[in-house]
Amino acid sequence: MLDNALRFLSLADANVRFVLLGSLLIGATGGMLGSFAVLRRRSLLGDALAHAALPGVALAYLATGSKALPVLLVGATLAGIVGVLAIQFITQFTRIKADSAIGIVLSVFFGIGIVLLTHIQRSGGGNQSGLDKFLFGQAASMVGDDLVVMTSLTAIIMLAVLAFYKEFKALIFDPGFLSALGFSARRVDALLMGLIVLTVMVGLQAVGVVLIAAMLITPAVAARFWSERLGTMVVVSTVFGGVAGAVGTFISSLAPRIPTGPVMVLVATFFFVVSAICAPRRGALARWRRHRQNAAREQRHHFLRAHVELSDKERRGIFASSSLAAELGWKASRVERLGRKLARQGYVRRSGGRWELTEKGFEEGVFIVKSHRLWEHYLYHRSILDADHVDRPADEVEHLLTPEIIAHLEQIVAEERGINPDQVVNIHGTLSHYRKGGRE
Amino acid sequence: MAIDGAFWIVLTGSLAAASCALLGTFLVLRKMSLLGDALSHAVLPGIAVAFLFSDSRAIVPMFIGAALCGLLTTLLVEAFHRRWNVQEDASIGIVFTALFALGVVLVTAYAGQVDLDQECVLYGEIAYTPWDILIWNGRDIGPRPVWILATVFVLNLLFISLLYKELKIASFDPAMAMAVGVNATLVHYLLMGMVSLTTVASFESVGAILVVAMFIVPGAAAYLWSDRLQVMLMLAAVFGVTSAWGGYWAAGIWDSSIAGAMVVVVGAIFLVSLLFSPNQGVIARLWQRARLSLQVAEDHMLLALVRRAEVEDGYRFSRDELLKAASVSRGVSRWALRALRRSGLVVRDGQEWALAPGGRQKALRLLRNHRLWETYLSDLGLPEDRVHGPADAVEHFIGRQLAAELDAEVGRPTDPQGKRIPQSED
Repeated sequence: MLDNALRFLSLADANVRFVLLGSLLIGATGGMLGSFAVLRRRSLLGDALAHAALPGVALAYLATGSKALPVLLVGATLAGIVGVLAIQFITQFTRIKADSAIGIVLSVFFGIGIVLLTHIQRSGGGNQSGLDKFLFGQAASMVGDDLVVMTSLTAIIMLAVLAFYKEFKALIFDPGFLSALGFSARRVDALLMGLIVLTVMVGLQAVGVVLIAAMLITPAVAARFWSERLGTMVVVSTVFGGVAGAVGTFISSLAPRIPTGPVMVLVATFFFVVSAICAPRRGALARWRRHRQNAAREQRHHFLRAHVELSDKERRGIFASSSLAAELGWKASRVERLGRKLARQGYVRRSGGRWELTEKGFEEGVFIVKSHRLWEHYLYHRSILDADHVDRPADEVEHLLTPEIIAHLEQIVAEERGINPDQVVNIHGTLSHYRKGGRE
Repeated sequence: MAIDGAFWIVLTGSLAAASCALLGTFLVLRKMSLLGDALSHAVLPGIAVAFLFSDSRAIVPMFIGAALCGLLTTLLVEAFHRRWNVQEDASIGIVFTALFALGVVLVTAYAGQVDLDQECVLYGEIAYTPWDILIWNGRDIGPRPVWILATVFVLNLLFISLLYKELKIASFDPAMAMAVGVNATLVHYLLMGMVSLTTVASFESVGAILVVAMFIVPGAAAYLWSDRLQVMLMLAAVFGVTSAWGGYWAAGIWDSSIAGAMVVVVGAIFLVSLLFSPNQGVIARLWQRARLSLQVAEDHMLLALVRRAEVEDGYRFSRDELLKAASVSRGVSRWALRALRRSGLVVRDGQEWALAPGGRQKALRLLRNHRLWETYLSDLGLPEDRVHGPADAVEHFIGRQLAAELDAEVGRPTDPQGKRIPQSED
């Protein structure tokens, strides 16, 4: 196994170079076109296309007796196109939905392919070997001639994507704009479909009909985690696809019995899992951290608001955990724990076993109280809710109000009710001088 | 052996196909075909791992492994779709390709230990069914796959008959299901569980592809024939069983995989349904369309004749003149004119055409419909030059009742151009 790895990595063998370059190109085009396919909501069309190609491969062989790649690819492409047209026909002509239509075409065409393949196998003796490579893919079966075909096809596909990048972008995000520019959305769509068909066909030999859909979907969805911009997404997806192709080929070369397609798909899935977990902003870790921060902020707000409200009522600024707990309706131990945490963060300090707000804590507490009361006012005076029902919603919203919204609410309350924003009246009747009066 | 091997093969195929077809009907109705597709691929690693650990074809570890994979697939697809905002079909695509790839790698990497190979994964080994005999109490009681599939088939029947109402309501109207207290989520997971179970049982004999085809195609074909769930279920099962028989027979002729041939036969059944179904079928649709355009052409010719008669009583049209006035194409006109003459609505005099006394009444009714609709639209505020087109399209479908209501609504005897609206004869 080590020998295999070394021979592969040294790139001394010309065939290894062919195979590696071929699978790199296949993966990269898959990733590139996949971005458009996924964003255009055509994810599983590639699957149908690839399965539908199998009878084409078998028929091309039966008709010509040749196993040359270009011949088989022409057959595959024609069958794939027939499959896509059949899906369109079924969805347009009957009440059968797109998902069932895809499933029907995919499985029936594949069944026809299997019948033809097994027929060739049983009647033609050992001559059929090579065709069944199309099921799960065998990158090592690519030879020099195949590579020429493949390189030129991938070059055409990539150049076409570069040339029509703007049109494809408009097609995905704003087809109306596309027609305003004077392009026919139908034609651009057909061009994109054509390129997807070509991409699938180019990949058939290395990845196989069963799994090639993944080379369109998985790198693209993985790339989607890393960027909100189409350009970046396409580049990242192309890189993911290319690396998955090359690494997958390398791994499967270590144990030649294992077909390449599934290994490539597993490598691409690895990229997807890593992206889904680690990507900034959209990844699971980032989201978990955000969630924790929000929860912590909410707890802090509850504590600080209770403290400010109590100061307001009792005209002093130091409270024991038990009185805060009564105000919050919590257990004293919970207040105690949270207080210690907030003390470490500099929002409160301990003085004689009781809690006092620092300057920082006081400022934030006042802001929260104000948010809460302004929102209550707003809900009440706009007759959205009764006075009894405004506390709960305000509890939920107070954490989310930004200074701009506060300023806007202040203006509304001042204009409509003539209330001085510095003295927001609690609608239950308490007058608050919280700017100054809260502290002793 | 007393019973022929062919019998066992066809029985295995029929049981697998019928089980899949029954569940598949619900998948098709619930727009979950692709989830069925995904599940039938995704159970592979579970089966492979079970093979590795149990070192045999023991059914229990296989079911457990596959059920876990099925559950994992459903949960992952849900999670990626709902929590990560990945499109549903994309998340289906990612999950099932990943699991299937893992399964294929396991199967090939441990090819020595696992009694499965790549081809078997895809299209099964139904041909070996008669030799995979189950021995019980030292007696040969028939092939093992038949016993397994028969059990699963009975379980499916029980599942559907016990939960028939819940499945029906959750399939057709999930909101209603929620309102009457049917737990749609539970029904969903139970259905997915049955799909996984059926997949595993069928997988060994008929492979991943046949399972997919049998889940989706018979149900979709039945959906073309009937609107009633019970009828659909029965038809789907019949289609499944028919394809098992037909597939075995065809595979013998073509010298090919039996499972593949079964898929081809069920595909043919779908094609026949697509062409010949009385309501949804292509031919019925085309026939309806042809009859409709014939009727429209007839109506337009009658209108052209009666409009001219308003100006110049007893005018006779040449054929070309009539086609032009009625804007009817030459192809349709032959049939339309023949039909009009047969029903005595127009008369032909040499090369000239005129309204027959019997046709006048019908033509006036059409003209009345046309002008009523024009007037009505114009009263609604549509500009005068825009009312002719819609009236041309609608005039054929206005009945007496609607015409009377329009008349009352319009309340005057002339249309926007000041032409007289013919009055109803009754």
